[in-house]
Amino acid sequence: MTGTTVDLIWLAPALPLLGFVLNGTLALARPTAKTLVSIIGAGVLLAAFGVAIAVFSAFTGLHAEAPVVFRYWSWIPVGTLQVDFALQVDQLSLVMLLVVTGVGSLIHLFSIGYMKDDPGYARYFAYLNLFVFFMLVLVLGASFPVMFVGWEGVGLCSYLLIGFWFSEEANANAGRKAFIMNRIGDFGFMVAMFMIFWSTGSLDFDTVFAHAPTALTAGGTAITAITLFLFLGCTGKSAQIPLYTWLPDAMAGPTPVSALIHAATMVTAGVYLVARCNLLFALAPVSSAVVAGVGALTALFAATIALKQWDIKKVLAYSTISQLGYMFLAVGTGAMTAGMFHLVTHAFFKALLFLGSGSVIFALHRAYHHTHSHEDAQDMRNMGGLARYMPWTAALMWIATLAIAGIPPFSGFLSKDEILTAAFARGSVEPIWLVFWGLSLVAALLTAFYMTRLMIYTFHGPNRTGEQEQTHLHEAPWILTGPLVVLGVLSAAGGLLNVPELYHGGEWLHHWLEPVTHPGAALRPEPPLVSGTEWMLVGVAVAVAVIGIVGAWQLLKPERLVPARTASAERGFARILRNKWYVDEIYDALIVRPLVWLSREVLWKQIDQRVIDGAAVNGAARGTRALGWANRWLQTGQVGTYVAVFVVGVLLVLWRAMS
Amino acid sequence: MYARWVLTALLAWPLIAGVVVLLLPARLAKYVALAASVIEFAISVPLWWTFVPDGSMQFTMDRAWIAAWGIHYTVGVDGISLFLVLLTTFLMPLSILGSWSYITKREGGFYALLLVLTTGMIGVFVSLDLFLFYVMWELMLIPMYFIIGVWGGDNRLYAAIKFFIYTFLGSLLMLVAIIVLYVHAGNATGVYSFAYAHLLSNAKDLGPTAWWLFGAFFLAFAIKVPLFPLHTWLPDAHVEAPTAGSVILAGILLKMGTYGFLRFALPFFPAVALSQTVQLVIVILSLIGIIYGGLVAMVQPDFKKLIAYSSVAHLGFVMLGIWALTLQSVQGALLVMINHGISTGALFFLVGMIYERRHSRLIAAYGGIARVVPLFAAILTVVSLSSIALPGTNGFVGEFLVLIGAFRTYPLATALATSGVIVAAAYLLTALQRVIYNPLTQHENENLTDLTPREIAVLVPLLVCILWIGIYPKPILRRMEPSARALIEQLKPGTVQAPPAGAGAGEGEGGQQ
Repeated sequence: MTGTTVDLIWLAPALPLLGFVLNGTLALARPTAKTLVSIIGAGVLLAAFGVAIAVFSAFTGLHAEAPVVFRYWSWIPVGTLQVDFALQVDQLSLVMLLVVTGVGSLIHLFSIGYMKDDPGYARYFAYLNLFVFFMLVLVLGASFPVMFVGWEGVGLCSYLLIGFWFSEEANANAGRKAFIMNRIGDFGFMVAMFMIFWSTGSLDFDTVFAHAPTALTAGGTAITAITLFLFLGCTGKSAQIPLYTWLPDAMAGPTPVSALIHAATMVTAGVYLVARCNLLFALAPVSSAVVAGVGALTALFAATIALKQWDIKKVLAYSTISQLGYMFLAVGTGAMTAGMFHLVTHAFFKALLFLGSGSVIFALHRAYHHTHSHEDAQDMRNMGGLARYMPWTAALMWIATLAIAGIPPFSGFLSKDEILTAAFARGSVEPIWLVFWGLSLVAALLTAFYMTRLMIYTFHGPNRTGEQEQTHLHEAPWILTGPLVVLGVLSAAGGLLNVPELYHGGEWLHHWLEPVTHPGAALRPEPPLVSGTEWMLVGVAVAVAVIGIVGAWQLLKPERLVPARTASAERGFARILRNKWYVDEIYDALIVRPLVWLSREVLWKQIDQRVIDGAAVNGAARGTRALGWANRWLQTGQVGTYVAVFVVGVLLVLWRAMS
Repeated sequence: MYARWVLTALLAWPLIAGVVVLLLPARLAKYVALAASVIEFAISVPLWWTFVPDGSMQFTMDRAWIAAWGIHYTVGVDGISLFLVLLTTFLMPLSILGSWSYITKREGGFYALLLVLTTGMIGVFVSLDLFLFYVMWELMLIPMYFIIGVWGGDNRLYAAIKFFIYTFLGSLLMLVAIIVLYVHAGNATGVYSFAYAHLLSNAKDLGPTAWWLFGAFFLAFAIKVPLFPLHTWLPDAHVEAPTAGSVILAGILLKMGTYGFLRFALPFFPAVALSQTVQLVIVILSLIGIIYGGLVAMVQPDFKKLIAYSSVAHLGFVMLGIWALTLQSVQGALLVMINHGISTGALFFLVGMIYERRHSRLIAAYGGIARVVPLFAAILTVVSLSSIALPGTNGFVGEFLVLIGAFRTYPLATALATSGVIVAAAYLLTALQRVIYNPLTQHENENLTDLTPREIAVLVPLLVCILWIGIYPKPILRRMEPSARALIEQLKPGTVQAPPAGAGAGEGEGGQQ
C-alpha cells in the first residue's frame, strides 16, 4: 500500500471483469439489450483507462525505483512454493496498461458501430471485456504464474473471438488452431517456470531477478535453457517462426478483434515477457542471439508472404508478424526500450490499419448486401479507387502506412530506426548482428512495398467493386471514423514518446523505463555509435523506405487488376508466396496428419483394441473358456470313463515306480 | 460425540437409507434417495471445520469385530482421505439428482445400489484395518457391477463382466498379500491383527517377498487407476454405464487406486516402491498414460470414450505426482484426484444430458448446437477448460503443482509429461468444436431444449468448485499439507522442505476456518 491512487490498480482489471460478468449474463438472458451492452462494454473500458491514467500520474509522483507490489491473497501455497495473487505497478507495466486500456477503449467504441447488427452482440462484448481483463492480469501480474493466468486467458479469449462466427467451420478451425499452437508455446512457458523455481527458489519477479545473477551462471546451460523455453512461449503467443501460422488464420475473427488482440496487444505479450525478464536474457547471450535471429528472420519471411496476399486483412496479419519480428530483434539485441517503443507505436498504427481495413470491409459488405452479391468483401481485387468514397479512411490509413514504412517524422520511423541502429551497433561487437541488421533492412524495403501495394490496390486506380455496388459505397459513420482519427494523431505523433538525442530529443521512454531495463542493460550494455554512423544509418533506412514506396508506385498497375471472381492464379515464384511458402501444408503433412494417423490406426486400433484388449484381455478370457471346454471332457459324469482314466493312471504310476 | 461417530454415521446411514428405498414404492425412490444423500453430505460437512491439519488420523473409532482373528472395525481420516470422503458425499446427491430422468426402470433397486455403493466407497477411504478395507473394496465392486450390467447401454453385460473380473482379479491377489502381511506380522510379534498401524510397523524384513506383495497390491491398484496397459476395461465400463455410474466410476472409483498407492503400497513397501526399477516402470507407464491416453482420446468418435481415455491421461499425472514424492507433487496429485472428480464428473453429466435429448453419444451426431442450447454450450466450455487445466480453474492448480513438484525428481519425464497439456487441448477443443461449433447440419439438433432447472442444479455446484479451487485452493491445500509432509517424511526422510517463515500474503485469513 502506498496511500496514493496507485493502490486503486486492482480496479483496472476488475472493471473489465465486471463487464464480462454483466455482458455474459446478458448474452445468455437478454441478448437483444444492445444499448445496455454497449454502455457496459465500452464504459468499463473507458473507466479502466481513467484508472490507468490516474495510477500513472500518481506513480510518477512516487519516483519509485522498484515495482510497487500488491499482494491480494495467497493463491498456491505449498511448502517453499508460495504463489500469491499479486499485481505489480512499475514503469513497464504502466506502459502496457496505458496501451491496452487506451487502444482498447478506442476499439471498443469502434466495435459498437462495427458489430451493431450482429446477433451475437452481447457475447462479443462479453468476450472482448474478458480479454482486456486477462490482458491486464498478464501485464500487471507480479509473478510468473499470475502472468501465466493472463497469458493463457488471453489465448482463450483469442480462441473464442477468432471462432466468434462459429457456424462456419473454417472460423472454428482457426480458433482451435490458435489455441493449440499457443499451447505449444505455453508448454515452454511452463517448463521455464519449473526450472526457474528450482534454481532460484521462487516465481515472484522481484525474488527471481534478485537471485538469478547468483543462482545461475551467466551463459550456463540452465539459464540458456530457461530463456529458450520462455522464448518458445513467446513464439506461440507472438506468432514468430516456427509457431506463427495461427495468426493469419486468426483473421477469421471480427476485424476489431484483429486490431485489438492480433495486432495491438495480445501478440505483443511475448515482447513484454522478454523485456520483463531482460535480466535473464542478459545472462544468456546465446538465447538473446536466438531471439534476435528468429525476430529478424520472421520479419523478413513474413514480409515476403505479405507481398502476394489479396485479402486485405491477411496482408496486415503478415505485416504484424513481421513487425513483431522487429520487436524481438530489438529485445534480443538488448535494446529493450527500442522494442517497447516499437510495441507502442505499432499498437497505434497497426490498430489504425486494421480498423481502417475494417471500415473498408464494412463499406464493401454493405454495398454487396444491398445488391445481394456474394463477392469477397476482403479481397483487394474487389476494391480500388475507394479514396473517392472514403476520403477520411484513406487519408488516415496513409498516415499509418507512412508510419509503418518508416518515413520521417511519423512514429514508426523513429521506433524502427532505433531497432536497426541498435542491431547495427551490436554488430560492431558480435558480427552476427550485422546479418540480422541486413535481414531487417531488406524486410523494411518489403514493408514499404507491400503497404504501398495495399494502399494502391484499395484506395487508388479504378474501382472494381461493381457498377451497381459503387452507388452504395460511402464513408463509415462517425462511431467508426472517430477512433480512427485519434489513432491517426497517435500514429503521426507517437514518436514524440522517445525522440532520440540525435535530434536533440529527451528520450523520455528510455529514461522512464530505465529502472526496469537497467539490470539487463548493466550486464549487457549497448555498444555506442558515433553520431556520423547514426546519421548514415538513418539515411539508409529512409532511402530503403522511399525506394519501397516509389518502387511500388511505379511497378504496380492497379488498372490491370480484375475482380477476384475473374482473376487467374499466379504462376512461378509469386504462386509460392501467394501460398505462404506452403508452410501450413508442410506442417500438416509432416506433423498433424501423421500424428492423427498414428493415434487412430496404430495406438487405438492396433495397440489398444487388437493387442491389449483383443489379444491380452479377451484372449485371456478365450483361453479360460477353452480350458474349461477342454476340461469338460474330463468331467463327463460317466463312471466308465473315470474308471478307464483311473486304470491308465495307476498303470502309469506303477510303470514309473518299477523302472 | 461428532468426532467419534461421524465416520460410522457416514458408513451406516446410506446402508439404512438403501434398505428403506428398496422397501418403499419405486416412484418415491428418487426423492428419498436424494434426501438421504443430502443428509449424508450434511453429516460430512462439519468434517471440514473440525478437522485439525496436523498430519494425524482423526475422527477415529476402534471396535473389535472378529476378535479371534484380530479383525477390528477401525476407521479414521487424515489429510489424504478427508477430501476423498468429502468428494464422495458431494458427488452422490448430484449423481442421484442427475439420474432422475435417465433411470426409468427398476428405480428402487438403482437408487438403493447407489446408496450401498456410497458406504463401500467411503469405507475404502476410512478403513484403518486391512480386512475391513478389503471388505469395503469388494462392497463397492458389486453395486457398480449391477449398475453397469442392469442399467447400462447396449453392450452392458460385456462391460460389466469385464469390469468385475478385471477388478476382482486384482483384489484377490491383494487379499492374498494382506493375509501374508498378517501372518508375517503375527509371527514376528505374536500379535495377530489386521490393524493398519500394526501391519505397517511390521512390514519389515520381508526380503524378496516384499516384491511379490508389492506386486499384488500394485496390480490391484494399477487396474483401478487405471495404469497403461491395464486400462481397457475403463472405456467399455464408462461407455456402457448410465450417467451416474460414469460419474462415480471416474469421480471416485478410480481414485481408490491412487489412494491405495498412497496409503498402502508405498508406505508398506518403500524399498520396493522406490527402487530404481519400480520408479522407472511407474514413470514410464504414467508418461504413456498421459501422452497415449491423450492421443487415443483425440481420435475417439464417441464422446464418452473420449472422456474415458482422458481419464487415463489425468490419472497419469496423479501417478507421476505420487511417485515424485515432493510436497508440491504429492499435494498436486491429491488435488488432481479431486479436480478430476469434479471436472470429469461434470463432463459425464453434460454428455448424459445431451444424450437424453438426442440418444447419441457420437460426436458426429452434433455440431453447431451452441446456437440452439447456449447455456449448455457455455457450461460445456467452462468444464472443458477446467479439464484442460486453464489457469483460473481447478485443473490448473493441480496439474501445475504435480508438474512443478515432479520436475525436481524427474526433470526429463516431467518435461515430456508437460507436453500433455498440448494434447489435452487438441482432443478436448476438437471435440468441443465438433459438438457445439461448426455449422448446424443435422436436422434433429435444431429443436434441442436447453438445460432444465434440475440439470442446472446438478451442474452449478460443480462449476462453483471449478472456480473456487482455481482461485483460492488454499483452504484445501492447507488441510492436506501436514499429511503429505508426513508421508514424504516417512518414505524419504529429510527431503521435505521446511515451510518458509512468514511467506505469503494474508497470513490472518487462514484463521477463519
